[in-house]
Amino acid sequence: MCVRQCAFEAHLYDPETLEVSSREEVCVGCHRCVTLCPTHALTIRRNSLDFRENANWTPWAIRNIIKQAETGGVLLTGMGNDRPYPVYWDHLLLNASQVTNPSIDPLREPMELRTYLGRKPEKLELDYSGERLQIKNPLPPQLKLETPILFSAMSYGAISYNACETLARAAEKLGTYYNTGEGGLHPNLYKYGKNTIVQVASGRFGVHKEYLDTAAAIEIKIGQGAKPGIGGHLPGEKVVEDISKTRMIPRGTDALSPAPQHDIYSIEDLRMLIYALKEATRYTKPISVKIAAVHNSAAIASGMVRAGADIIAIDGFRGGTGAAPMVIRDNVGIPIEFALASIDQRLREEGIRHQASILVAGGFRNSADVVKAIALGADGVYIGTAALIAMGCHVCQKCYTGKCNWGIATQDPYLQKRLNPEIATERLVNLIHAWNHEIKEMLGGMGINAIESLRGNRLALRGIGLTDTELEILGVLPAGR
Amino acid sequence: MKRIFIKEEVCMGCRLCEIYCIVQHSRSKELLKAFKKENPRPLPRIMIEEKGSTSFALQCRHCEEPYCWEACMSGALYRDEQTGVILHNREQCVGCWMCVMVCPYGAISRDLREKKVASKCDLCGGKDPPICVAKCPNEALVWVEIK
Repeated sequence: MCVRQCAFEAHLYDPETLEVSSREEVCVGCHRCVTLCPTHALTIRRNSLDFRENANWTPWAIRNIIKQAETGGVLLTGMGNDRPYPVYWDHLLLNASQVTNPSIDPLREPMELRTYLGRKPEKLELDYSGERLQIKNPLPPQLKLETPILFSAMSYGAISYNACETLARAAEKLGTYYNTGEGGLHPNLYKYGKNTIVQVASGRFGVHKEYLDTAAAIEIKIGQGAKPGIGGHLPGEKVVEDISKTRMIPRGTDALSPAPQHDIYSIEDLRMLIYALKEATRYTKPISVKIAAVHNSAAIASGMVRAGADIIAIDGFRGGTGAAPMVIRDNVGIPIEFALASIDQRLREEGIRHQASILVAGGFRNSADVVKAIALGADGVYIGTAALIAMGCHVCQKCYTGKCNWGIATQDPYLQKRLNPEIATERLVNLIHAWNHEIKEMLGGMGINAIESLRGNRLALRGIGLTDTELEILGVLPAGR
Repeated sequence: MKRIFIKEEVCMGCRLCEIYCIVQHSRSKELLKAFKKENPRPLPRIMIEEKGSTSFALQCRHCEEPYCWEACMSGALYRDEQTGVILHNREQCVGCWMCVMVCPYGAISRDLREKKVASKCDLCGGKDPPICVAKCPNEALVWVEIK
């Protein structure tokens, strides 16, 4: 069983001795064998053999040098930044009602998680004459979500068809949206169009009229949290028949996404593309612009909103990826907490916060992170890695090898079958239902009965173990004050 | 009446169905004992057929008009009138293997040990669902009501 399940060939069966042996040097610790072994006979332990202790020259640092000395290449990796940078969500605490303002029990009273994404009008003109209250001025196109959680951009190519189908089906069941990433949209998934955000990225893979028409919204991808400033590279081996058709590129050719969008070198250029897409879809769909969280995100976000973006998506430095140079993933970008706080603040100061919704992404692990992000000013949260974990991912970070033992980040037909979309959809729906329940509990505890009332309410947050500067950037008071 | 159906698009060829089928038909019904101590070890009545990336778990289809039953000269193969399941009596079987020859699915295997008899799926003697369906980690085997 273990021998057959390991795509990295870490288990070997010797038919002469009838014995199974393992090769620790190729084991990635994905736990596939551990999970499926019928006798629970397998344990994966860290090999105790290590280099001589050294606080500077850690085994990780030494091994990377050895690998590069052998290959002369850039070190690749998958998933999000795994270095021990501070996680600011863990330094923020939520408030709860006591005595003076009653808390609400979500099991007894209605609680609203519905979220609308898109540009909001300057003011509402209401018509009181009819039986029902009507809004007179036309509303810009909005996305209606039953939960403030969406599924991040993960392309068909980076993840398997079954994984894409799972995200689409779960989004439909949950009344939310998934994002195609830059890999185009497989023809079989057009039926989930009303729950799909399609991406227009630097490689323009799979972008055509039906692609734009089918989607509920369009996202222009400028950058990605895991690799800000870096393009994408889907190796030719992964460009199998279906992917070549979906991406509209020859089979077996490398799919290279350039680092910049070659037609965008300024906010004015971005405006041209935003309006080209709005024009192409007759102003019926909100246009989102996604950037990686970098040092001057607030100023860039202001420009994006002024360029006409209806939604701005910010991807923090812990955002995942199918493949990225390790040095970029681990060292470029800033935490989403700071980027979000400074962008929300900047847009409010400039009086343009209502012109765009803010979506944040990058390492959201649980419902508390989501609630804290909304209190910091986000309208919604993209989850990627958490969704993959619900589907079976064990975060072994080997997505870039194409040998995902869980059938997620692979195009190998033998491995892909391991992800049954029916099971995975149910698990993903379960996860979001669980988070929704928890979000409602947290809102109820604060005495709030709609997620809208929490948005940007930083008084619901207190910082712990943070410096004055960090508190100032986050715009929250320290715990106890 | 329920029957096992195969979803080959999600069968990953892990062969856990074979393993649990052996355990279910062992004396001890315990995995390690069945494999290490029991001799002869029962044969799996479910077989993974595999070619390239395609695989599926094959077991007796319990046909309405079973060729194996017609071909069985000793009367070892019989139909349970209540459930419609085709069963096999090891004691009565003479090991002529005509059933193996005529089965259009290749779902009956030869047991070369002991008394040379045939070995086939008995739907776990009424277990609901059968062990292979219950233990399939990817729901590639489903237990569905048929008309």
